[in-house]
Amino acid sequence: MGRAKIPRKSTWVDMTAFCDVAFLLLSFFILTTKFKPPEAIAVTTPNSVSSKTAEDKDQVLFTISPEGKVFLSLSEENRRQEIVSDLNSRLNLQLTPDDIKKAARAEFFATPLSQLKAYLNLPSDQRKGETLAGIPCVDSTNNEVTEWVNSAVTVFFGGKMNLMVKGDQNVPYPVFKLVIDAFKKNDQMKFQVITNQAGIPEGTPLFEKQRAGEKLSD
Amino acid sequence: MADIGEGGGGGGHKKGPGVKKGKKLSTRVDLTPMVDLGFLLITFFIFTTTMSTPTAMKLYLPKDTEKPEEQNKAKESGALTLMLAKDRNVFYYEGILKDDGSNFKSTNFKELRNVILDKKQRTDAKDLVIVIKPNKDCKFRDVVDALDEMTINDVKRFALVDISEAEQKLVEISQGTGGQ
Repeated sequence: MGRAKIPRKSTWVDMTAFCDVAFLLLSFFILTTKFKPPEAIAVTTPNSVSSKTAEDKDQVLFTISPEGKVFLSLSEENRRQEIVSDLNSRLNLQLTPDDIKKAARAEFFATPLSQLKAYLNLPSDQRKGETLAGIPCVDSTNNEVTEWVNSAVTVFFGGKMNLMVKGDQNVPYPVFKLVIDAFKKNDQMKFQVITNQAGIPEGTPLFEKQRAGEKLSD
Repeated sequence: MADIGEGGGGGGHKKGPGVKKGKKLSTRVDLTPMVDLGFLLITFFIFTTTMSTPTAMKLYLPKDTEKPEEQNKAKESGALTLMLAKDRNVFYYEGILKDDGSNFKSTNFKELRNVILDKKQRTDAKDLVIVIKPNKDCKFRDVVDALDEMTINDVKRFALVDISEAEQKLVEISQGTGGQ
């Protein structure tokens, strides 16, 4: 009576498929990661409970550095050109069509209007950091932010414009006020303040509201 | 050649004596470390990717108007004025500031919520108006925090207004004497 012979099975597992999956996931994550858009200057934004993510299209973003310098960045290249050409024709800045073409590559604007020509001709690697003067925004009579907003409104006419302010948490209030005043002068009453998301403190009316399942208004 | 067993093809001719059998090397590679590495990289990338996407706080400003009939009216009993000052101090008063400044009180951001909730409880919801007056020494963060406090406490009506001369002086005096 011979016993039935149990074939010895190998414990070897083919890892090829597993390896494929791992690297597929890896490449997926790498490719879908969006790179941070170049920032004019590093700022630490204040916290708020707002949970709405900031739009990344049609941005007209004013960044205020801790020292109170104002930078303007636009997400679309053609908008940059249009805004600069509008400023040029309106305020007679004497820019050549070539200068205006260069505006498309300017990720942000941070110079007085009088020096815009020189600024556009700067190589882009010198156009970074804290050496830039920023858009003058000193008092209500010397506030060039108004001009920029004016041109932005003209260019975005009929379309959606996402007007945003991103300020460092230590920006003195008067600078922020001057930027808002520039918006107000152009009848731009709606804008967004970029913040970091923070949790809603427990026990507050908003917290109760959220727990009750009510849709939070933005 | 890789995985064909040695014993295959039973009826094959046998090699004669003296013919050395070349040792068969398996071409099968252990991929386990490779998988480990793959997942290690995935975890690394996931952790280093900034999770926090910036959020936007919407702000709607009222139009500046000179005509009194277009201005919003606030009932005195429902008004609470907050003045934001240097070093995250907050001063507040209810209704109208008395000439002798007796209803001028001081607080800070930690206790601000209680002040607002207390006021909210005592007034009719439709009368409650909070006026935020940042003075020139306060920071952007203070303003955002104050506006955020409105959302947190579910205050429907609030305004961002410039501080007046008299209030500015009062704030300066209170801070100068080390009221906090």
